[in-house]
Amino acid sequence: MRGVRKSFGATRAVNGVDFAVAGGEVCALVGQNGAGKSTLMGILSGAIRPDAGTMLLDGHPYQPREPIDARRAGVAMIHQELSLAPHLTVMENIALGVEPSRMGFVEWRRMREAATDALTQLGHPEIRPDGIVSDLSPAGQQLVEVARALAAGARVVVFDEPTSSLTHADVERLFALIRRLKAQGLAIVYISHFIEEVKAVSDRVVVLRDGANAGGGRTAELSPEMIVERMVGRQVEDLYPRTPREPGETLLDLSELEPGAATLTLRRGEIVGIAGLLGAGRTRLLRTIFGLEPVRSGRIRLGVYSGPASPAARWSQGAGMLSENRAAEGLAIGLSIADNLTLSRLTDLGPGFVVLPSRQAAAASRWMERIGIRSAGPRQPVGELSGGNQQKVALARLLHHDVDLLVLDEPTRGIDVGSKAQIYALLDSLASGRAVGARSARGRDGRPRAILMVSSYLPELLGLCDRIAVMCRGRLGPARPTSEWTEHSLLMEASGAQTA
Amino acid sequence: MDGTLTADGSIGRANRLKAVWRGDSGVLLGLLLVAIFFGVLIGPQFFRPANLELMAIQTVIVCVAALGMTMVIVSAGIDLSVGSVVALATVVAAVLLRRDYDPALAALGALGAAALCGFTNGLLITRLKVVPFIVTLGTMLLVRGAAKGVAEERRIEAPLTWLNDLLRTARGGGGFGVPAGIWITLVLALIVGAVLGYTRFGRHLFAIGSNERTARLCGVRVERRKLQVYTLAGLFAGLAGIFQFSRLSVGDPTVAVGLELDVIAAVIIGGGSLLGGKGTVVGTMGGAAIMAVIQIGCSQHGLPNWVQQIVTGIIIVMAVALDRWRQKAGS
Repeated sequence: MRGVRKSFGATRAVNGVDFAVAGGEVCALVGQNGAGKSTLMGILSGAIRPDAGTMLLDGHPYQPREPIDARRAGVAMIHQELSLAPHLTVMENIALGVEPSRMGFVEWRRMREAATDALTQLGHPEIRPDGIVSDLSPAGQQLVEVARALAAGARVVVFDEPTSSLTHADVERLFALIRRLKAQGLAIVYISHFIEEVKAVSDRVVVLRDGANAGGGRTAELSPEMIVERMVGRQVEDLYPRTPREPGETLLDLSELEPGAATLTLRRGEIVGIAGLLGAGRTRLLRTIFGLEPVRSGRIRLGVYSGPASPAARWSQGAGMLSENRAAEGLAIGLSIADNLTLSRLTDLGPGFVVLPSRQAAAASRWMERIGIRSAGPRQPVGELSGGNQQKVALARLLHHDVDLLVLDEPTRGIDVGSKAQIYALLDSLASGRAVGARSARGRDGRPRAILMVSSYLPELLGLCDRIAVMCRGRLGPARPTSEWTEHSLLMEASGAQTA
Repeated sequence: MDGTLTADGSIGRANRLKAVWRGDSGVLLGLLLVAIFFGVLIGPQFFRPANLELMAIQTVIVCVAALGMTMVIVSAGIDLSVGSVVALATVVAAVLLRRDYDPALAALGALGAAALCGFTNGLLITRLKVVPFIVTLGTMLLVRGAAKGVAEERRIEAPLTWLNDLLRTARGGGGFGVPAGIWITLVLALIVGAVLGYTRFGRHLFAIGSNERTARLCGVRVERRKLQVYTLAGLFAGLAGIFQFSRLSVGDPTVAVGLELDVIAAVIIGGGSLLGGKGTVVGTMGGAAIMAVIQIGCSQHGLPNWVQQIVTGIIIVMAVALDRWRQKAGS
């Protein structure tokens, strides 16, 4: 791809990018959200048409007009959100759109053979072609998607954030798979926010920044710091700021809470992290605390309030929750930033039960400015923002509500390094009681908050939290000071190795 | 139209032009085109005040019911029982009047029965967790049956009262000669528009319609809101029933069959989305007006009923297709 350009309105999403990948090579494409990675890959896969630039595939001009053109030419995308039909079988998904047929009738035998071939080629013959896709784990579903690419004869495979829903062991297996594909001579493009993964799996790195090439080179010659610097375009400050924190009174007290077997106290001015593998029950525990799922047994006390409560009651008790799934739960994608940001507390935005849109927008603007949400204004639909900015809107809701206890589920999932750093700084200032944003401390800003966060990204737990507890197979372990943990010990505990 | 009634409140000063283009202008433009079309076809007498009033009276029943339906559809729901509730309301009003109740009490009784139907819809939807389409499909039959039972499968003639003047031109009285029913509908439209755009209840409906899980996460009492919105929809259907009754002073359990489809069509032409989170009162009123203009225009031009139906059908599909296209062009 040479000199590729694409503008959306006034935004130049991609502005003259050169990109090349050879067969038998894994090329990592990195950059912050909004750097143009998705647009570039959209152009490659035929979903977006470029304004300018040329593309060659195997030396021949390549101009896909529709995604199906790209697929026929041998370019396949493995998306961040899986694009499978969950109710259909594995083989139906693999053959989707290119079903072998005779006179309009599907030839099931050939379909099964093709599926079996592709799965064997991937080294996963244990996946049954006639199993239902929704019965598979996220990793298994991803394999089906890769198998679909292979069955269609793909020669270029693009992995877009493939590990965001995978456990640690599955990531290792995915890397083995990618190496296998590479050995078969396929060209692989690997998009990720995780520098560790890029280091582990890629041969070459291409960095994008603001829609343009920002350097790159052989992976072996680049240190993680060098890669991050090129993504950010400046020296990385300390990613995990730590202002001294003063633990105050207990805000959350769990005692043998089921589901979760959770016994935990959380004090004002503290950040407690919960580590664990996918499916360990961490999200369920947070949802139970917040009243989104029923308490089966045990005690729960939030401030002065005892017992289970509805989400509405939790908000009025001074707690707020951030969902792990921005699109499906965290945000109403069709509504504006202002609507999303103020939804939990529409009081005080007009007399009585009246909500004045102008006051709503003003309240939203205040937070947008203070935590740096980049947008066209508070009326912009939240779905038009980048992932990082969306996440900041979801977090700003908790700030607008002025909660004391923040229950955060994967607060930095799928967002770029720059936004991550800003969210870390925000959480640190919330826990330490410093004022949020540029303005000086005003009113109630000086109050330290308590934060309970679940994360699958161990460095951020170790960097940010005062104490960390590990959840394994639906049971929450004791919360121990962060200094007693290492990435290795967290992983051991999470996989149940130490309890055995 | 400076967007004071656009219920999603998405008018920003900066891109007002764009917002108006995305907002209700499409419906109003469509209304203008349809009106001009029939104006040219039939001549200037099409726009005589008497004719306009005829159109308003024709459409007022659909309009009132559509106000409730707009709120329901904004919350990603649907109410198929509207026609049956209208019939029940006419029957209840007629039965009460025949027993010599005061007309006001008879109207109140009809409204109460209709609100109860709506409340039942809400209760079934929130408690049984059955989707609104199925629940209201059931209550559509249930309420229709109840109306027939109460009326003993007959039309109930009721004595003439002031209720029958609701849609009658009040010459010499106040209100510029415009029937009281039309004033009532306009005032209610203003109120519902304001409720949707400028109250917690309205914003909660948009949030529930846009993403129910987000609403729940944010502490919106989703079940309570749904109960309220279906009860309100029933209430508006009841008022539509009173207007229906006022025309002939007859309680007719077989009236308004299929009315709910006209009502839903008005909301959809007006930019409402069956997926929820979208819909405005201005749009809905415009949608209802478009259908009324087509109906009156066709019949005054001597076009048979089947032509009207074909045209209305095309308009519904085109309206939604155009809306999609505008959204795509706008983003």
